[in-house]
Amino acid sequence: MKEKMGTTGLIFNEPLLWEKGSPGRKGLSLPRRDVDETPLDDALVGDGPDFPDLSELDVVRHFTKLSQWNFGVDSGMYPLGSCTMKYNPKTNERQASIPGFAGAHPLLPESLSQGALELMVDLQGYLGEITGLPAVTVQPAAGSQGELTGMLIFAAYHKQKGRARTKVLIPDTAHGTNPASAALCGFTSVGVKSGPDGVLLPESVAELMDEDTAGIMITNPNTLGLFEDNIRQVADIVHQKGGLVYGDGANMNAAMGIVNFADIGVDVMHLNLHKTMSTPHGGGGPGAGPVCVTPELEPFLPVPRVVKDGDTYRLDEDYPLSVGKVHAFYGNFGILLRAYSYILSVGKYLKAVSQYAVLNANYIKERLKGTYHLPYDRPCMHECVFTDKHQQEHHVATLDIAKRLMDHGFHPPTIYFPLVVSGAIMIEPTESESKETLDQFIDAMKQIAQEAIDCPDCLHESPQFPKVRRLDETAAARNPCLKG
Amino acid sequence: MRYLPHTEEDIQEMLQVVGASDLDALFSSIPDDCRRKEAMNLPDPLTEWELNGHMDCMAASMGAPPFYKVFMGAGSYHHYIPEISRQLLLRSEFFTAYTPYQPEISQGTLQTIYEYQTLVTRLLGMDVANASMYDGASGLAEAMLMTIRATRRKKVAVSRAVHPMYRQVVETYFAPTGFEVVELPVGADGRTDLSGLADLGELAGVALQSPNFFGCIEDLEAAGKTIHADKKTLFVAAFSEPLAYGLLKSPGTCGADIACGEGQSFGIPQSFGGPGLGMFAAKQKYVRTMPGRLIGKTTDRDGKTGFVLTLATREQHIRREKATSNICSNQGLCATAATMYMAALGGTGIRELSRLNRDRAEYLKASLAKAGYASPFSAPTFNEFVVRFPKGFADTWKALLEKKIVAGLHLGPYYPELSDCWLMCVTETISKTVIDALVKEVAK
Amino acid sequence: MKAISELNLPEDVRYTDDHEWAKKIGDVVRMGISDYAQDQLGDIVFVELPEVGSSFDKGEEFGTVESVKAVSELYMPIGGEVTAINDALADAPELVNNDPYDGGWMMEIKASDPAEREALKSKADYLEILKG
Repeated sequence: MKEKMGTTGLIFNEPLLWEKGSPGRKGLSLPRRDVDETPLDDALVGDGPDFPDLSELDVVRHFTKLSQWNFGVDSGMYPLGSCTMKYNPKTNERQASIPGFAGAHPLLPESLSQGALELMVDLQGYLGEITGLPAVTVQPAAGSQGELTGMLIFAAYHKQKGRARTKVLIPDTAHGTNPASAALCGFTSVGVKSGPDGVLLPESVAELMDEDTAGIMITNPNTLGLFEDNIRQVADIVHQKGGLVYGDGANMNAAMGIVNFADIGVDVMHLNLHKTMSTPHGGGGPGAGPVCVTPELEPFLPVPRVVKDGDTYRLDEDYPLSVGKVHAFYGNFGILLRAYSYILSVGKYLKAVSQYAVLNANYIKERLKGTYHLPYDRPCMHECVFTDKHQQEHHVATLDIAKRLMDHGFHPPTIYFPLVVSGAIMIEPTESESKETLDQFIDAMKQIAQEAIDCPDCLHESPQFPKVRRLDETAAARNPCLKG
Repeated sequence: MRYLPHTEEDIQEMLQVVGASDLDALFSSIPDDCRRKEAMNLPDPLTEWELNGHMDCMAASMGAPPFYKVFMGAGSYHHYIPEISRQLLLRSEFFTAYTPYQPEISQGTLQTIYEYQTLVTRLLGMDVANASMYDGASGLAEAMLMTIRATRRKKVAVSRAVHPMYRQVVETYFAPTGFEVVELPVGADGRTDLSGLADLGELAGVALQSPNFFGCIEDLEAAGKTIHADKKTLFVAAFSEPLAYGLLKSPGTCGADIACGEGQSFGIPQSFGGPGLGMFAAKQKYVRTMPGRLIGKTTDRDGKTGFVLTLATREQHIRREKATSNICSNQGLCATAATMYMAALGGTGIRELSRLNRDRAEYLKASLAKAGYASPFSAPTFNEFVVRFPKGFADTWKALLEKKIVAGLHLGPYYPELSDCWLMCVTETISKTVIDALVKEVAK
Repeated sequence: MKAISELNLPEDVRYTDDHEWAKKIGDVVRMGISDYAQDQLGDIVFVELPEVGSSFDKGEEFGTVESVKAVSELYMPIGGEVTAINDALADAPELVNNDPYDGGWMMEIKASDPAEREALKSKADYLEILKG
């Protein structure tokens, strides 16, 4: 790489919406008024919100300019560890916008909802096949809501057995949503320390597992990108004391066709469709967090269930042991639809998806391990974790490395997570990236490592090219200004 | 497969660097007894063209506009979505970006959501709004949990006139907590009956929905006064149709401490019930106990204005089990769509559009009343209302499906006391002509 | 981050394992967090303190101190009743960073058991903890 990828461009400032416009301007075509105005009690009438009046072109230019300040997967490689930033296929949008689906009211009679119900049942089937856990709900609106559902199932299961358990074991490598979801269900989280190799040791779990523990929440592969080798023993230990095993499926992209989660002892798991199944990242959502369980736990799934009855599809509320409802209707159907499109488009190549994702991560790991400190030098799964240990000698930290990567045209990896690794840099390329792109990324990382030695201040001053430089997050937290 | 760029050559080169003999060997560190023995039973991939055909075929069975005239609201509303909104949303820099963890290259998302937060506070008359919750239902559940946190009391009250599915979600969230949810009755006029509130003891929060599930506009100002007779209790004002606030007094001006509800009406397709948009706003003093992401304004090293995620210490990735919620994502794309819609609609536009919604619904209400079908409720309504039909209407309703008309939502399954009633909704997408046709069919 | 030799550790206060300091001033004991603690936390953005009049046992959690990216719990160095809190911290949490022992003080406590204060660490003992 001779030239820096960053160059100058047509990026301009743009004011806030209410700093533009003029009273009376119209941006939307209002339907024709064909009925009379009706009176309404003055006491109920308000002034209406203070929204700006903008013309159609005002709106178009505003959001076009704003979009130009953003970096998406379509802009370049986005190796955020544990987020699985794979390509969002455009055909999925074509399917989601079909009027029969986009314009469908959720409370239509079943005779007029067969297409949507069939889609949900088929998707449930595919997700059951992929995970190995056949009973599926697509209702949770996001991964963390899937976790909440899982924890509700834990609670309901133990209640039904006549004993309320108060604790849940959670490894120290867990994503923050795990203890937060457990807490929402009234459980106390008990931390389990990972072993020196970065994976859970059966002894550590055995020490803590008792008959007051509802179960364990495990992410496998874990957030260090490592396969939890001892998972079968861990699951046995938990099951022996009557507990359940929850699988956080955030890292499913490493495991499709590789692992059957039912076989390794998982009882409940959630998937993140906005990660593994290519639904749009959307600036932070919406997601979808289906939950897959063993047949024994099926009665506890949220209602309504979507089922096939002979030749037709319907909704079924008749599950007296159900944990209840987590979404007003059936879940984020628009997102489920996109995941379904993806699965139909990729089909049996889903195993290749995982294989290439893992190949890409190992390739990066091998090629960067001389340059950056690798805390766990063993085969990784779909993501690899480095630290800033070598660069710290030159007073360059993970944060500086991340900020400089932007100047090279890459979104930074996940930084400072998982917490068990100091200065963590978690790189997840996904299967979407070609070898050339990976080579460019590796090259950029090597240049940055060299810069850390030659010109640490260049890194401290980065990023140089984006619309803004480093922002004062302290001021934002000390004196929050949350609206204009 | 066009999403997978790897050629055989690429794979061989990379395997060599990694030191694995083949793709299977990449997984050799996984114990044998953890490896999946049988292949996944998945179909052959469809071509883009086969997929189009398959999806079009499935969608053809759906009873959606424009072919069907659907007179239902109940938490999901058919509003026109302008083409600019649709196309701007598809700009891939918005669409394919993730959570703005690296603010320098996410200013598009960050300014948009800051604008969203601002417009939501103006719509609802509140001090601060978050970057959204999943939907109106889970937003209400989180709001009630927030009242428990803020007051340290153990009981909340939710009106029976709040959307039945929202109430179910609140029950689900509250079930494992040991906190109590009591129901407030509906008065004869279709509004919540707060006369027995004082007898319920110390409440953390009281939730009303306005317009409520029956379309009735609650007297939020009076409710606020009654609820705040106990100074510690929080007043939660919920909604499922935010367009109403183009016309009605905002929850904030009526004394609400938290305003939360469903924002799907603002530029988001109904999509069989999801994704939605959980709008969530509160008084300034509660900001540190609010769930969800917050975006704040700040400056960069050169003094330029920029936006960042802030007050993150409330959230799960830092606070973990002590977080204000477990929520991780927000409805980013939906909030972006809503911002584009609100920008296009404008202050003048929202007043006109909400008036038109109400007037069309009033026209149907009056026409049905003239034909002999009246509402059991006297309270004024917005774009939905309840009608009592005589015995046999269930058959009429079924027959109308054949004519591609969905003539309202039967309330029986949700409210046994209203088993002879239907909830009718009219938005700007249903013209006078179509309304007249419905009345003619019903009056037959 | 400061090296241990760079830390400001006054002789006239006593320290706890949780990196807090405590100083007897007349009838009450004033407390805050040590220079080491504020340095580790980084820019402090918010301090959550209890209401005046509330009581806690020694070692009980009474509040939190937040930086942009982290939260730390605060524990009672000694048991007792909270007689005063530093209101200035609400608008200027940076006082804890800039002046942890003086302007950045957090609470005053009326000790329920004077012996507990004796059990706190001297500067020398606290240094041992930091080095170890």
